[in-house]
Amino acid sequence: MNGAAALLKALERQGVDTVFGHPGGAIMPVYDALYDSPIRHILVRHEQAGAHAADAYYRASGRVGVCFATSGPGATNLITGLATAQMDSSALVAITGNVALPLIGTDAFQEADIYGITSPVTKHNYLIKRVEDIPRVIAEAFHIASTGRPGPVVVDIPKDIQLAAFGGSFETTIDLPGYKPTLKGHARQIRLAAEAIRAAERPVMMVGGGSQSSSAEVHAFAAATGIPVITTLMGIGAYPAGAEQALGMPGMHGTVTANRAITHCDLILGAGLRFDDRVTGKLSRFAPKAKVVHIDIDPAEISKLVTAHVPVVGDLKDVLPRLQEELGTLDIREWWDTLTDWKGRYPERYKKDKPLVSQEVISMLREATGGECIVTTEVGQHQMFAARLFPTSKPRTFITSGGLGTMGFGLPSAIGAAFARPGEQVICIAGDGSVQMNIQELATIYKHQLPIIIAICNNGTLGMVRQWQEMFHSQRYSEIHLADSNPDFAKLAEAYGIDGYNVFDRDEAKRLIPEVLGKGKPAVINFVVYESEKVFPMIPAGAGIDEMIIGDQEEEKVEVKA
Amino acid sequence: MSTRKHVLSVTVRDQPGVLYRIAGLIARRGYNIESLAVAQTETPGFSRTNFVLTSDDETVEQVQKQMQKLIDVIKVVNHAEAPHVDRELMLIKVRVSEPDARVELRQIAQDFRARIVDVHRDALVFEVTGDAGKMNAFIEQMREYGIVELTRTGSVALTRTGAESSPNRKPARAA
Repeated sequence: MNGAAALLKALERQGVDTVFGHPGGAIMPVYDALYDSPIRHILVRHEQAGAHAADAYYRASGRVGVCFATSGPGATNLITGLATAQMDSSALVAITGNVALPLIGTDAFQEADIYGITSPVTKHNYLIKRVEDIPRVIAEAFHIASTGRPGPVVVDIPKDIQLAAFGGSFETTIDLPGYKPTLKGHARQIRLAAEAIRAAERPVMMVGGGSQSSSAEVHAFAAATGIPVITTLMGIGAYPAGAEQALGMPGMHGTVTANRAITHCDLILGAGLRFDDRVTGKLSRFAPKAKVVHIDIDPAEISKLVTAHVPVVGDLKDVLPRLQEELGTLDIREWWDTLTDWKGRYPERYKKDKPLVSQEVISMLREATGGECIVTTEVGQHQMFAARLFPTSKPRTFITSGGLGTMGFGLPSAIGAAFARPGEQVICIAGDGSVQMNIQELATIYKHQLPIIIAICNNGTLGMVRQWQEMFHSQRYSEIHLADSNPDFAKLAEAYGIDGYNVFDRDEAKRLIPEVLGKGKPAVINFVVYESEKVFPMIPAGAGIDEMIIGDQEEEKVEVKA
Repeated sequence: MSTRKHVLSVTVRDQPGVLYRIAGLIARRGYNIESLAVAQTETPGFSRTNFVLTSDDETVEQVQKQMQKLIDVIKVVNHAEAPHVDRELMLIKVRVSEPDARVELRQIAQDFRARIVDVHRDALVFEVTGDAGKMNAFIEQMREYGIVELTRTGSVALTRTGAESSPNRKPARAA
């Protein structure tokens, strides 16, 4: 057995059955060993897509995603995928080949300092220098990636180590004296949190990506306490947007109700979120009247941006039930009267008197699926529309690049989700700009006949950039026009052997969506939509959360008695 | 926010690239460090990195937390939180332009408990240890004679016995 075979065996021992990757010179021994391995390898057409697919594999299933890439350009192509996973705390183990140890540092063919380049965008990384270390490093990599605050780990293996005879043991112990995530919340902090929440008259709970793995605890907590729940982009699905206690998404393109609730609440219970700038807007205007109770597994997130009056470090699975026990039902009827009034006055709506709009397309998709599917998105206007109009109601079913905002994430992440949860319908909501960033993966979808529908909201322009140029750059539309050179997306899909449709009006859309869904085959539906649709409400960059532009509805002054 | 000097001691596993991780973290999060010293500790396999930064307490707390997140970091101690001793070592080469200067320099060196470690007709090299204040005072004294070159190690620190602070401080200020 050589190092490469030992690697695959070590991966098997971690329960890995699927790997996304692309071969190349410095990882050839691993691909040779793969020939005899039960591990299924999904050949992607670009390493970035492999990283995104592995990332989404974790997001959809909670099982660590794995991707392979060769040295140099193969590894550098992973960077965007690693950074995306790091920002959204996704458990991913990337294995890279490298040039042989004696060649490292000599500017050898296809050599790059993978360890150095990936350090800033990973939770941890390794360069293996002894073949016997392979089982231990793999065990540690999976442990680090999947525990505490999850994140990507890179394991770089020089080619001579892959080829070296392996005489070591697979029985390894993880020895990481510097890594001991705090899972159990401190009893005193939980008591202080309960006191603060009980004293509040207008509390809100905000849940983020950290709640995806503790959805049941969030549900139970909300039901027992009656607290209003705001769900960030990363938290979508962990608590259903349609629930009575749900106020929707906060932040730059959040709902009026959620943002207003933040401005007027007297307590925020943040659970598994990091108060990112797209959520808070200008920090000095964020929740000015609120005490903040912040529960997170990562102590570094507490008081990083929003000062926590009561910090609780721990796993939501441990902390929420204990907090719930101390609290019981909250008496917040007056606050609910106000919130219900806001919710009633600002429902999700959009104008239909124009040509087909993205919002309508996305709503139709939700209706046709009954929300029973996995949604992945690219990045841009359609992403925000999807978050608002197609928020799924189960955890791990809304997969989107939140922190890094990676265009090109949606299509490969649909592939990862489809492999993680076979048999489930996956819908990738895309824009005509971002879908082209990893469009080559149509080949992967075709090859495996994955049940993925790629719904392109094609407005012929980089819509989100256009919106900013229209609103904040005096309509000086710079380098956003795509329509003049977009491909015929239906023909493009067909060229890959996938059903392709171009849709120009709402009747056609209404008829076609259920029909295509019924086929259970991969498909690309290109919806030609209105060019100058905008995402509202919007908080301009750098403005306060109380300075929303609501669009066609006039924002009114609200007074909430304190 | 008021700034003050903080000496952080970071105990790390002696792994290749660990200094890179610490330096990279400091650089990409925009923290400004004044000095950095790294060497092995009493326990084989572990190193201690000492660095000095002048910053407000909130920023330093965030630095500590981010450091603590690194897998190879065992513990982070901020010596500003407890009585401690910190020292650095400086080698400074000073010009001797006239015979009188040599006598004066020897006298100053004695006052500072500095040692002369290299003697030449045109220059003397002093070895000075102490805290940063003492280093700066000595440098000031030497300016009028002419400093040829100098090198400093940066501060290293240990908490005084009986005043050890907890390695993992409470993550944030409680209400």
